[in-house]
Amino acid sequence: VSTTAAPAVMRGDTRARGSSAGRSGPVAWMALPALGFFIAFGLVPLLGVFGLSFAQWDGIGAIHPAGFSSWRAVLKDPGLPHSLWVTFLVMFLSWAVQTPASILIGVFLAGRQRYREILAVLYFIPLLLSSAAIAITYKALLDPNFGLGAGLHIGLLTQDWLGKEKLALGVVIFVVSWQFIPFHSLIYQGGVRQIPTSMYEAAEIDGAGRVRQFFSITLPQLKNTIITSSTLMTVGSLTFFDLIFVLTGGGPGDATRVLALDMYKLGFQANLMGPASAIATILVLVGLVLALLLRRLGGGAAAGSQLEGA
Amino acid sequence: VESMFTSRRNFLGLLAAGGAAAGLAACGGNSGPKSSSGGAAGGSSGSASYWYLTGAPGEGIRTDTVKRFNAANPNTQIKATTFQNDAYKTKIKTAIGAGQAPTIIWGWGGGGLKTFADAGQVEDLTSWFAQNPAVKNRLFQSSFDAATINGKIYAMPAETVQPIVLYYNKKLFDKVGAQPPQTWGDLMALVPKFNSAGIAPFSLGGQSRWTNMMWLEFLFDRIGGGQVFQAVFNGEKNSWSNPDAIKALTEMQNLIKANGFIKGFSSITADSNADQALLYTGKAAMMLHGSWVYGSIGTLAADFVKGGNLGYMSFPPVDGGKGDPTDTVGNPGQYLSISSKATAEQKDIAKKFFTTAVLSDAESKEWIDTGSVPIVKGTDSVLASSKDAEWLKFVYGVSSGAKQFAQSWDQALSPTAAETLLDNIAKLFQMSVSPQQFATNMNQVIGK
Repeated sequence: VSTTAAPAVMRGDTRARGSSAGRSGPVAWMALPALGFFIAFGLVPLLGVFGLSFAQWDGIGAIHPAGFSSWRAVLKDPGLPHSLWVTFLVMFLSWAVQTPASILIGVFLAGRQRYREILAVLYFIPLLLSSAAIAITYKALLDPNFGLGAGLHIGLLTQDWLGKEKLALGVVIFVVSWQFIPFHSLIYQGGVRQIPTSMYEAAEIDGAGRVRQFFSITLPQLKNTIITSSTLMTVGSLTFFDLIFVLTGGGPGDATRVLALDMYKLGFQANLMGPASAIATILVLVGLVLALLLRRLGGGAAAGSQLEGA
Repeated sequence: VESMFTSRRNFLGLLAAGGAAAGLAACGGNSGPKSSSGGAAGGSSGSASYWYLTGAPGEGIRTDTVKRFNAANPNTQIKATTFQNDAYKTKIKTAIGAGQAPTIIWGWGGGGLKTFADAGQVEDLTSWFAQNPAVKNRLFQSSFDAATINGKIYAMPAETVQPIVLYYNKKLFDKVGAQPPQTWGDLMALVPKFNSAGIAPFSLGGQSRWTNMMWLEFLFDRIGGGQVFQAVFNGEKNSWSNPDAIKALTEMQNLIKANGFIKGFSSITADSNADQALLYTGKAAMMLHGSWVYGSIGTLAADFVKGGNLGYMSFPPVDGGKGDPTDTVGNPGQYLSISSKATAEQKDIAKKFFTTAVLSDAESKEWIDTGSVPIVKGTDSVLASSKDAEWLKFVYGVSSGAKQFAQSWDQALSPTAAETLLDNIAKLFQMSVSPQQFATNMNQVIGK
């Protein structure tokens, strides 16, 4: 809930700045409900979590202040660098798989042909399914004894998909990509359709081929779209939980235990709310730093200089 | 959850990660169950609340017991609310933490019950049992261990006893001409025999982790005796490094190295019953599992059980081991506690429920009909006349004849230690930690 409120406030801000000063009053007023929700469900719990990270609490008894002991326990635990590493690995690899695939599919779907529109609808289907349902389905398909490979007697598909550390990580990245490529393709489709056709016409007169056009016009013109989509992918992958929880439960061993899963296990299975809150705080910080970095990469103000004559 | 997740991705949220943190705080803080709180917090006289698990056949039997009680006591009603297993485990914790617990708390005893007792959230029933010896004496005495914390009884044992047994597929044993293992040596010798016949020796739902734990529970007991884990339970320093513990962990890895378990066991979960399917479809010859599995195999593969193909036995002794071969592990029962936040009237209703309704003859019969042994003494005659007589007599014999009936480790230990334990067991079965590393990791959470 907090996250739906947050951008609403930001959007309100930019609009107020962009429009004339006289109209900013009522617009600011309209942002109030969103601001209220954001404070109640975003900021207050965030401060609560930060406070809890300096306390000892099992979720049932009284909350005792514990100073830095949770932080010390979390930072000393070899599980933390491992979880951070797995989180970044999932983030980077799923980004590296999704981005090129989404751009290509997006460019393909931007064409106005009828069959492409039908394909677009089909591509969209994974996005309609819940993560838990996807995870359960894949788990059944990948079962080494009763799954797809065993059923069709295809040796290549009959692997211990979720039982080998590297394979399990690969499966997680594959399923995440399968689930979210449609969404990012949609963003790229919109981005490609915004590129003025005059640029392609000019390129054609200059004798540029399809591939040249793609690398010299489409890709540079998609710069901002790539940044938006990458921000969504990276920050979103920090909160991957449901899919991994159902698919592998963080296993085998701790091969796919991302930070969000680590937080859940510490807080709700091991009853250690203090260290879990410390991890939650780390998650928030990592998310903030990442998002800021990506915005910096985008070059903020230069956004306007993308159209004709750039 | 999904809509939240999608919207999270739809927006350029700097605070997307914060959402997870917010969720943590919201759940931990005050997300108590609003719909069902009336019974406990509302304090309306004449009615108590009772939360328990869904899922056949237990749910129906629990509901029938409540119905019988309500019909017999029109003025003192019990209001029942049911939950799915995993959801319940989280919900009951948050509800108790928020002071919104039901009057009667259904649970597993052991370490979980201890957290509630330490927080002063459940009623001490020691004196009540002393005043009502009839209630106490009709139940298996071994079932009280997991309800007793520092010499005080905090829960009423209920329902059925569920020891872990070794199941085997008789057809496959005939096919390769093998006999059920009488010792651990026999068991290890069976491994290459089945493997060369293209049959996996053991089925295992390794992704569920507690399934692997059952193996260690028996190996620890058979090799070093019950005192090895008892020392861990008592919080003795470095007790996981006991030479017998290391030996048990080493034997465990020997079996894994010898390909004792079906290929890909770490991808198999117990909740999907895929591990049971491997046994009755003839892909695996043996399986170590809880007694509750008998009922579910009976449902999933009725012909297999009816045809007498399902064999079962106690875990074999280890040559030269110190443990008593009659020792067993599992769930010695289920546990009903009374919330200390309930009103005096509600507590009285709960106690009346414990005395008159829990494991009444009618309820016991329902459990027996589903192939389970209720924790009531002297049901042998009823068991003998049931359709699963042979099986029930076996379970009754194992449970009542056990020199020690140990509670499952993950239930006996505190939730904190249990999570570390399951985690390290998964790594031990992955062969990514050695027995010594396992002991070192586990020594760090002793007494936590």
